[in-house]
Amino acid sequence: MNLWNKLMCYSRRHSPWLFHMNSGSCNGCDIELVASMTPRYDAEQLGVCLEGSPRHADILCITGPVTHTSVRAVQTVYAQVCGPKAVVAIGSCPATTNVFIDSRVLAGPLNRHIPVDVFVPGCPPRPDAILQGVVKAAEILAERGRTVRVPEPAPAPQSTPLSSAEPGEGQP
Amino acid sequence: MNLITALARLLIFPGLLFAVPVAWFFLWVERKSVAMMQERIGPPFMQPFFDFIKLLGKSTPSRSGVDGLLMKAWPLIAVSAAVGAVGLLPVLPSSGGFEGDLILLLALLEVPAICIIAAGFSSRSLFGEIGSAREAVLTVSYNIVFLLAIVSIAFSQHTFRLEALAQLPATPLRYLGVLAILVCIPAKLHINPFSLPNAEQEIYSGPLTEYAGPELAMWQLSHGLEWVAATGLVATLALPHVAFWWLGIPIFAAFSFGIVLLLSVLAAATARLAIDTTVRFYWQCTLVFAVLAISSALFMRIRS
Repeated sequence: MNLWNKLMCYSRRHSPWLFHMNSGSCNGCDIELVASMTPRYDAEQLGVCLEGSPRHADILCITGPVTHTSVRAVQTVYAQVCGPKAVVAIGSCPATTNVFIDSRVLAGPLNRHIPVDVFVPGCPPRPDAILQGVVKAAEILAERGRTVRVPEPAPAPQSTPLSSAEPGEGQP
Repeated sequence: MNLITALARLLIFPGLLFAVPVAWFFLWVERKSVAMMQERIGPPFMQPFFDFIKLLGKSTPSRSGVDGLLMKAWPLIAVSAAVGAVGLLPVLPSSGGFEGDLILLLALLEVPAICIIAAGFSSRSLFGEIGSAREAVLTVSYNIVFLLAIVSIAFSQHTFRLEALAQLPATPLRYLGVLAILVCIPAKLHINPFSLPNAEQEIYSGPLTEYAGPELAMWQLSHGLEWVAATGLVATLALPHVAFWWLGIPIFAAFSFGIVLLLSVLAAATARLAIDTTVRFYWQCTLVFAVLAISSALFMRIRS
């Protein structure tokens, strides 16, 4: 690894810029993400910056269980983030759809639509857990090197919830 | 000023080679001082440098046609103009300069703002267009005061040459002008309370919404260089002339640093104003002082 690549890896690890996206979250995780940017947790000492535009970001932070109406938006914003990029799923909702499992308005979990690098479980996760997840994603970003990972084609979003094949099970 | 001196000033001192690290240092000072006021640790010393390197390594969305070409060109034009402005500053005494270099400096300081306006419109993003429109309104508002203040200083001292202005003894009118310039600088640098064009989270990132990777890195660099040029201009006009150059340079640097701290305190202590309030502030409150300054300059010129 030559000097330029080393410097690039080091810079990527120390300058993760985030873009926050809500895919139908209850706002609990959003509040915790914002709390992790406040002076008490001081994310800026890790080089973290919350950016206004997905074009500027390196790490996409997604909260929420991915509703049908937000699937297209999630995919669009993921495509708008310039490579190399990483995705952090914040909370239990994007990981498992949590308490909303079997809901007919959901198209989640998140990794059915875009590749996810780090899951931060919790309902909601604590701000320090979110920061740890972001730092982990920044390390993944640094290892990914100069090559931009081509996302594997996402499976076509199912229009029906996962468990609708077994009627009666888990339905109210 | 011959060609070699001009190139040395543009590329080495106080131009590119010197100004770029100083620009990163000022960007860091701005963030670090805000962090310290909020009782945080804040970003590490090399943070703006890391951000720059990281942005250089990112990919950019492919754009074709004239729009793509223009979007690549605007940040480069802005950086070159800002480097040119820094290169004109008379940091070293008896370093040359020519009659009218103050006018060239003012023109070069305007170029990054014009580039940002054009960049927002050529990105064809809705948020970029809103940001550009705000930047255009803001530029028209503060520039009247800014230019009147500088013209009154130059007019009262009978010269448009930066080095002569730096060496002439200061008059009370000059301090009035410097004060008016200081009021305009937060708007020029897009910091609070006049951070309207790049109002983050409100209109995404304003004119720079569609910019990514190396182009965004160039915008950041031009922003840092604008900091250097603007604080350097104030230091040139406000500082008394020092006979020894080895004493002059540290005083110049310390004064610029002090202005950066002052502006950071202002940015940390205030919230963003609405566009109509900002425009009213410049047209109603500060324009009076600028008109006073230029009329007293005229009066002094007639009497002398």
